[in-house]
Amino acid sequence: MTDAVRTPDAIRFENLTLGYDRHPAVHHLDGALAAGSLTAVVGPNGAGKSTLLKGIAGALPPLAGHIRLSLGTPRGVKPRIAYLPQAADIDRSFPITVYDLVCVGLWSRAGLFGCIGRRDRARIGEALAAVGLTGFEKRPIGTLSGGQMQRALFARLLLQDADIILLDEPFTAIDARTTADLLGLVRRWHDEGRTVVAVLHDMEMVRQAFPRTLLLAREPVAWGRTEEVLTAENLMKARHLVEAFDANAPVCARDAA
Amino acid sequence: MLYDLLIAPFVEFDFMRRALVGAAALALSGGPVGVFLMLRRMSLTGDAMAHAILPGAAVGFLLYGLSLPAMTIGGLAAGFAVALAAGLVARTTALKEDAALAAFYLISLALGVTLVSLRGSNVDLLHVLFGTVLALDDATLLLVAGIATVTLVALAVLYRPLVLECVDPGFLRSVSRAGAVAHLAFLALVVINLVGGFHALGTLLAVGMMMLPAATARFWSGDITVMIGLSTLVGMLSGAAGLVLSYHTGLPAGPSIILVAGGAYVISLFVGPVDGLLWRLVPARHLEA
Repeated sequence: MTDAVRTPDAIRFENLTLGYDRHPAVHHLDGALAAGSLTAVVGPNGAGKSTLLKGIAGALPPLAGHIRLSLGTPRGVKPRIAYLPQAADIDRSFPITVYDLVCVGLWSRAGLFGCIGRRDRARIGEALAAVGLTGFEKRPIGTLSGGQMQRALFARLLLQDADIILLDEPFTAIDARTTADLLGLVRRWHDEGRTVVAVLHDMEMVRQAFPRTLLLAREPVAWGRTEEVLTAENLMKARHLVEAFDANAPVCARDAA
Repeated sequence: MLYDLLIAPFVEFDFMRRALVGAAALALSGGPVGVFLMLRRMSLTGDAMAHAILPGAAVGFLLYGLSLPAMTIGGLAAGFAVALAAGLVARTTALKEDAALAAFYLISLALGVTLVSLRGSNVDLLHVLFGTVLALDDATLLLVAGIATVTLVALAVLYRPLVLECVDPGFLRSVSRAGAVAHLAFLALVVINLVGGFHALGTLLAVGMMMLPAATARFWSGDITVMIGLSTLVGMLSGAAGLVLSYHTGLPAGPSIILVAGGAYVISLFVGPVDGLLWRLVPARHLEA
């Protein structure tokens, strides 16, 4: 992790343990994600990938340790986080249009009462165009296909204009063309200097598009440049590390030592 | 002829005009509240809360007789207590909110019926259960109208987080803490509307003025703004038509209003252009694209 030293950290994990009901899903994670980095989080099912994103997003308080977020330069300014959960719990039968769903991405600017002005409308139009949903503005969200819904959610992410973008399996059950389009947006965010973390299962895509990778199996198996992390040996190791959930696990003694 | 049927009752009798104003005020706030209850899949929550109000109103009634402030304050206290207790249990234990609410409202209802029957005759019980829309005095009218005003203002303020809490609660949580506040404030609005409604329609039917117009509106539009407008309109028309029906047939007024709203719902269920049942029988041919 030599190149991480020069750029400031956007996200730093300090002996982080995240989990449910005292059972750890991410166990004693230490390390940092550089500002502006593009990182894939990979690992077997149950390895704690989604849990890690939830933790960064602040939706799950750590069992132990800390997650520190910073913009890198000015102190005290909290970075803006955009989080796209796996299978977002959206009520698709709710009578709301694509336009309205996308424009709530402006929440951090408009908030509870702020109005959506002409410049905002232009931005909403651009975001919809960027995901290829121009002309869908008036459609109720219930009429969208899975891929179109994902495009709409990416348009909302675009409007959120966040410093840190967390994507949990954004391309699962999405066709090749939509995936390619949305991956283009991820590259664009990377070029704009935003910190992007994505949970992925397609190793081929990770090798092609993601410079850095965290291979997780509750504990980090390997972390660094993608080609060094995704070796057959590491992947095999990760597969063996995630043991069954043990209801009678004893209290972890590592911190006491 | 038509004048005699529809207009004359209101022109001739003061109590009919008061009832009309009261029903209109209830519809004005019940319409939008009902639409949100329906869209949040909380239609039965309204019903449960209506039952929960009973013991509070009964305590007020026991202590002070048929006194408006006593029964209102009692009803509000019981409603808020049950809503808060159910919310706390749902958040801190494994029990889900519907089960927690069911438990508390049943306790509350049993307590309420017991309290009412301790004193008073069955007529008093009927009054609490079914209201007295034909005997609204100035104070009650002001209360109902005040509640409608507060509700509409509060809904305007809460509109954005309330809608977003229904569509994508996860997203709202990630950008703002307003979700929980909006949820609690909305429950409070439900309670005050039910308390306003029970003076006119009684605890059991007050919720009908919310849910039936909202469910009716769902069959006529897929747009939430239109739905809220339609729901209010259906509520107001049901109020007027129910009063006329009751005047000419001698049926009790409160149930008549709800029956008319129920009729509107059943008709819409069949002929409503959005997913109405009849349209399924004659499916139009599919389009080219």
